[in-house]
Amino acid sequence: MRQLRPVNARSGRRSREGPIVNRWALLAILPIAFLGAFFLVPLVVVSLRSVTDFAKPTGDAFANYGRFFASAANLRVLGNTFWVATLSTVVCLALGYPYAYLMNIVRPRVAGLLLIAVLLPFWSSLLVRTYAWQVILRDTGIINTFLLDSKVVDEPIPLIRTTLGVMLGMSQILLPFMVLPIYAVMRRIDPEYTKAAANLGAPPFAAFRRVFLPLSLPGVLAGTLLVFVLALGFYITPALLGSPKDTMISQFIASAVQQRLDWGIGSTMAVILMGLTFAVLVIASRFIRLRDAFGSLEES
Amino acid sequence: MSALRGSTGAAGGATTDRPDQPDRPALVLRGLAKSFVDVQAVDGVDLEVRQGEFVTLLGPSGSGKTTTLRMIAGFTRQSAGTIEIDGVDMTHVPPHRRDVGMIFQNYALFPHLTAAQNIAFPLEMRRATRSEIKRRVAEALALVKLEGLGSRYPRQLSGGQQQRIAFARAVVFHPRLLLMDEPLGALDKKLREALQLEVMHISRQLGATVIYVTHDQEEALVMSDRIAIFSRGRIEQLGRGEDLYDRPVSLFVADFIGESNILRGRFERDGEGGWLARGNLRWRVAAAQEDRAALSDGSAAAIVVRPERLRIVGLNDPAVAAPGVNAVEASVRDALYLGSIRKYELMLPDGQAATVRRQVGGGEREWQSGDRVGLIWAVNDAVLVADPNG
Repeated sequence: MRQLRPVNARSGRRSREGPIVNRWALLAILPIAFLGAFFLVPLVVVSLRSVTDFAKPTGDAFANYGRFFASAANLRVLGNTFWVATLSTVVCLALGYPYAYLMNIVRPRVAGLLLIAVLLPFWSSLLVRTYAWQVILRDTGIINTFLLDSKVVDEPIPLIRTTLGVMLGMSQILLPFMVLPIYAVMRRIDPEYTKAAANLGAPPFAAFRRVFLPLSLPGVLAGTLLVFVLALGFYITPALLGSPKDTMISQFIASAVQQRLDWGIGSTMAVILMGLTFAVLVIASRFIRLRDAFGSLEES
Repeated sequence: MSALRGSTGAAGGATTDRPDQPDRPALVLRGLAKSFVDVQAVDGVDLEVRQGEFVTLLGPSGSGKTTTLRMIAGFTRQSAGTIEIDGVDMTHVPPHRRDVGMIFQNYALFPHLTAAQNIAFPLEMRRATRSEIKRRVAEALALVKLEGLGSRYPRQLSGGQQQRIAFARAVVFHPRLLLMDEPLGALDKKLREALQLEVMHISRQLGATVIYVTHDQEEALVMSDRIAIFSRGRIEQLGRGEDLYDRPVSLFVADFIGESNILRGRFERDGEGGWLARGNLRWRVAAAQEDRAALSDGSAAAIVVRPERLRIVGLNDPAVAAPGVNAVEASVRDALYLGSIRKYELMLPDGQAATVRRQVGGGEREWQSGDRVGLIWAVNDAVLVADPNG
């Protein structure tokens, strides 16, 4: 498959066959302009404001960064952001791997239904879903009402405003990003490998651990990275389902900008989050090809 | 090699009580069948394979040979019948405890493991010690002449090298049976022919019992002690290459193995054998042939003669009228020189075609296109079979 790709199209032979830029490439100008105007420019503006926009006049360009790292609360929230992202990644992996495995072994029809089930969250608004979780989890919500009415508990058990609530809400949203890359990789694993392992004397679990699992690892790494990076930027779900303890840095950014109108520190936090996310990607790229993570559904 | 002709013999039943018996068959299939939702893939296969024997399952695609192999390996559960390996019923034994080595069509080498790690895999599963694994992997690599390539990954090996590693991996744990599913199918012709001999030699050297699946009749003839011809989920005929070639039991076998001249007609019985009649042509059929084919008088039949058993003579040659010889007048349509042989395409008076192959340099007369000739063959060189399409 890979070797069938037209190699010449990329090499020097192209010059003989036509202009350097394919005419169809002109179609990309519009999206590129769009990205430039509405993504790149704001990004530059935000980065600049973090070193030019100060609450109090100062001579130090990096005063905002100094301010950010001087506050224990900020560092705690930053740490918490990574902690919550890690937790939700672990939860998604624990749920997503078996789910993808199941999709891979059932008949195509059933796999299709499972795929729809996991994609369903994509088709409804994130806000609606998060409020739905509130309805289910809050003290007067479905679960607690049921438990109180059936006298299982005397007072509502804390579900909302807990890390558990955040985990439920986030992993439901993030699960497809874990399942899809893993499933895509699993589907490409030739079933003969597992048969060969059995033939060579491997009991089912050993065949899984020694052959199937290692072969599915690229999908696992891709899904893990994808979920982790997405989780770092979560905002609404922790705000609505979590306790103040679960505050993530996106919430801090929003309140700095919207409530305190402190664009300088808001921009600073945004740049820090972006930098750290980028650092995660750089570290991850040493272990996996990012193309696998972000293009995992294309057949390779 | 003496041939155990026919299907299941008498040895099958007694062996389970005496597991140390050296002449116990390595593999016994009895009434093996597999039906999928809409198709009967295997329909009652009986086969008995001796220790150290090389048996090929040969047949066109869809004839059930691969399904049979997969049932022996345990990947597919049979719908009916039994599989015994070394006298033990395998019906409820999962694949990982059957102790059979398999070489897959696409080799199925684990891509995340090196060649040496691939070969070590079955040994690790059997909890061999590290030093023993090291020693036996080295031996296996030496056996397939790939010393020094143990640290390569499968994708860094050529097709032929991958095939050898797959072979080494399948034999390194001394399995009770070695199953091969068209293992040379993906290789080019030259490499395939070299590896045929190599696989055969190494298998003999190891004393391995081999069940080999292929659709290539030449490969089957080259490598096998015995060949089972598969057709429509059944074994049509089982025997040595010579048996299949010289004494095919059906038109299918005659047509599948080698080149055949098939002369169709109606069988007429008489006291000592009979005749195959077609219009005003009549050919003698030997008594032994008649016994074997067990055809009723007047049924559609055919006689099969191999191209090299036919002779071309002049119309007035005395051989035409010799006893024990069948003869028919024919005309030469094409005379082809193929180096070591001459090939003649002939047409019989009733429009049937015949092919004759003669060695060059035997001092025989050469014939030209357009010659009117006599075509003769010894009665005993022809085989009588039923003609299901007649």
